[in-house]
Amino acid sequence: MSIQIQQNKCTGCGQCIEACPGNLIKRGEGGKAWIRHIRDCWGCTSCLKECRFGAICFYLGADIGGRGSTLTVRKEGDVNIWSITDREGRLQQIRVDQKKANQY
Amino acid sequence: MEAKEIQTDILIIGGGTAGCFAGITLGEYRDIDVLIVEKANVKRSGCLAAGVNAINAYITEGKTPQDYVNYAKRDAEGIVREDLLLTMSERLNRVTEHMEKLGLVILKDDQGKYVARGDRNIKINGENIKPILAKAAARQKNVKILNHVNITDFIVENNRIKGAYGFHVDQPICYTIYANAVICGTGGAAGLYRPNNPGFSRHKIWYPPFNTGAGYSMGIRAGAEMTTFEMRFIALRCKDTIAPTGTIAQGVSAEQINGQGENYEDKYGLTTSQRVYGTVEENRKGRGPCYLKTKGITKEQEEDLYKAYLNMAPSQTLKWIETGKGPSQENVEVEGSEPYIVGGHTASGYWVDTKRQTTIQGLFAAGDVAGGCPQKYVTGALAEGEIAAEAAAEFHRANPYEPVKKDTRKKKQKEYEAYLKNDRAVLTTGQLEETMQKVMDQYAGGISTNYQYSEGKLRMADEKIMLLLELSRHLAARDMDGLLRIYELRERLVVCQVLIAHLLGRKETRWHSFAENTTYPEKSEDGMVYVNSKLKNGKIEILYRELVTGGKVYEHTDTAE
Repeated sequence: MSIQIQQNKCTGCGQCIEACPGNLIKRGEGGKAWIRHIRDCWGCTSCLKECRFGAICFYLGADIGGRGSTLTVRKEGDVNIWSITDREGRLQQIRVDQKKANQY
Repeated sequence: MEAKEIQTDILIIGGGTAGCFAGITLGEYRDIDVLIVEKANVKRSGCLAAGVNAINAYITEGKTPQDYVNYAKRDAEGIVREDLLLTMSERLNRVTEHMEKLGLVILKDDQGKYVARGDRNIKINGENIKPILAKAAARQKNVKILNHVNITDFIVENNRIKGAYGFHVDQPICYTIYANAVICGTGGAAGLYRPNNPGFSRHKIWYPPFNTGAGYSMGIRAGAEMTTFEMRFIALRCKDTIAPTGTIAQGVSAEQINGQGENYEDKYGLTTSQRVYGTVEENRKGRGPCYLKTKGITKEQEEDLYKAYLNMAPSQTLKWIETGKGPSQENVEVEGSEPYIVGGHTASGYWVDTKRQTTIQGLFAAGDVAGGCPQKYVTGALAEGEIAAEAAAEFHRANPYEPVKKDTRKKKQKEYEAYLKNDRAVLTTGQLEETMQKVMDQYAGGISTNYQYSEGKLRMADEKIMLLLELSRHLAARDMDGLLRIYELRERLVVCQVLIAHLLGRKETRWHSFAENTTYPEKSEDGMVYVNSKLKNGKIEILYRELVTGGKVYEHTDTAE
């Protein structure tokens, strides 16, 4: 499980580098972000939430059941919109209102 | 390497749950300068990075703080500090209300009362709990935050804290920070044992892999007394993703069943360690795999679970959707995690008094790094942050600053630089980390031995960890990031060393799985003591202390030896 940073979308703003709780993301040549410790991601998705350009996606490693789907998140007002795209490109979205408490 | 010096009144090491709340509390003391130093960035660092699903330590209607003490005591088979538990429990509801004022969403009923989930829990939306805490800490006028600086050592003279040393995680800068009082809030220790997924997803573990036991290690090396490291914490978690199970178990009342569909919950007891042990035993006896029985829950319940997990452990929701089988169609397989040392769940950590002062004068501990007070969860860490902050402020006002007598800045800087200059290393930090995890797994009761160990095996573990500590002195760092990884490894090795001494010190099996000693497989009367330790002249000394129980309060009497 880890993240992928799409170099064509990354603007080099550095917000993900700043936010990663493990200091795993670094600034590469050309100023763009890259994940230096790809096996050391905890899966907290902080970097996804920080990225305003939708450049980062999260995925599960095959060793824990990953089948090539990716997870991204973007915020619209108080709602987090989570998108899961499977390996065929099919999209499923889950909207979570941050002003509503969990039922469980 | 550039050298920087900072002077502050109170230094908070670690800007996590306890550290941020200590900062917020100290905002009330405008005349006191406060500095929070954080290894990453306070916005999303520590246990709350992904969010949290519920408040698990709350005194619900009709219950009292003493009820919470009794619950935690029962769960730990008596080995707790009742004075610490009570002082924490008395503050749980107040800090919860404080969090609500700061912006945390808490579910309320028609009368405006919090809605309970079980006996001690309330329902929240905790996805953004860490940014809320970090923002509130940053708002305090007298509190400064220094992000991306890793603290490695306390400065202690004559058992009195005077500050700390550290370095920047990216830039070649070393720091000397002088302070009159220090609050340690660095969290517990993960990554000691080989994890459930040792390959690509090796950091898909329950506890934050970036909590490397730095605060324990600093304290141990400075001669602080530690308690109950042998009460390891092993979490019962969703297979592969190692996501929490409580949300499913309590949320949709899912039973724990074995591979034959039999409910095994009551067979082994209901304490935290017994629940783990039950699952281990069912598997060992060939009745696995074990599950949380979710098959048949409604689509609506399933949707709610998807949302709840996105708010704290997104991998689990991704896994359900990716496999095309949600919990309504397939039971959720569970397994035990690798062992952690974490004072927010069990009683491992600094030996403190009720003000959370350690045995080093002016050094306070709060949250997962502080011992004796298990079942803290988020609100307990906040409560301890508040207690430690008030006590540190009081200490600062009562005690004049004592300047450092012997200047060791250059020596520390040279130590850092030696790793950066070393061009003769063959072994790498990664190799030594894997070796440490293998040793702990095989000889000190990891997953592969069903968490069991014997005295003989522990002695082997001790020898091997000592060797790794020596080998780690000769590692090389390419840059500051490499230096950080070396120090993280060394912190873990020190914690392993003390953990092994504690496991050897408790000559009984009081808690299945958490401390399963095959040389002494039964509970013993003699075990009703705390196993404490101190590093003296390079050796870990074990000392046994009488239980603090029945309304008694412990105060340090032998701190200045």
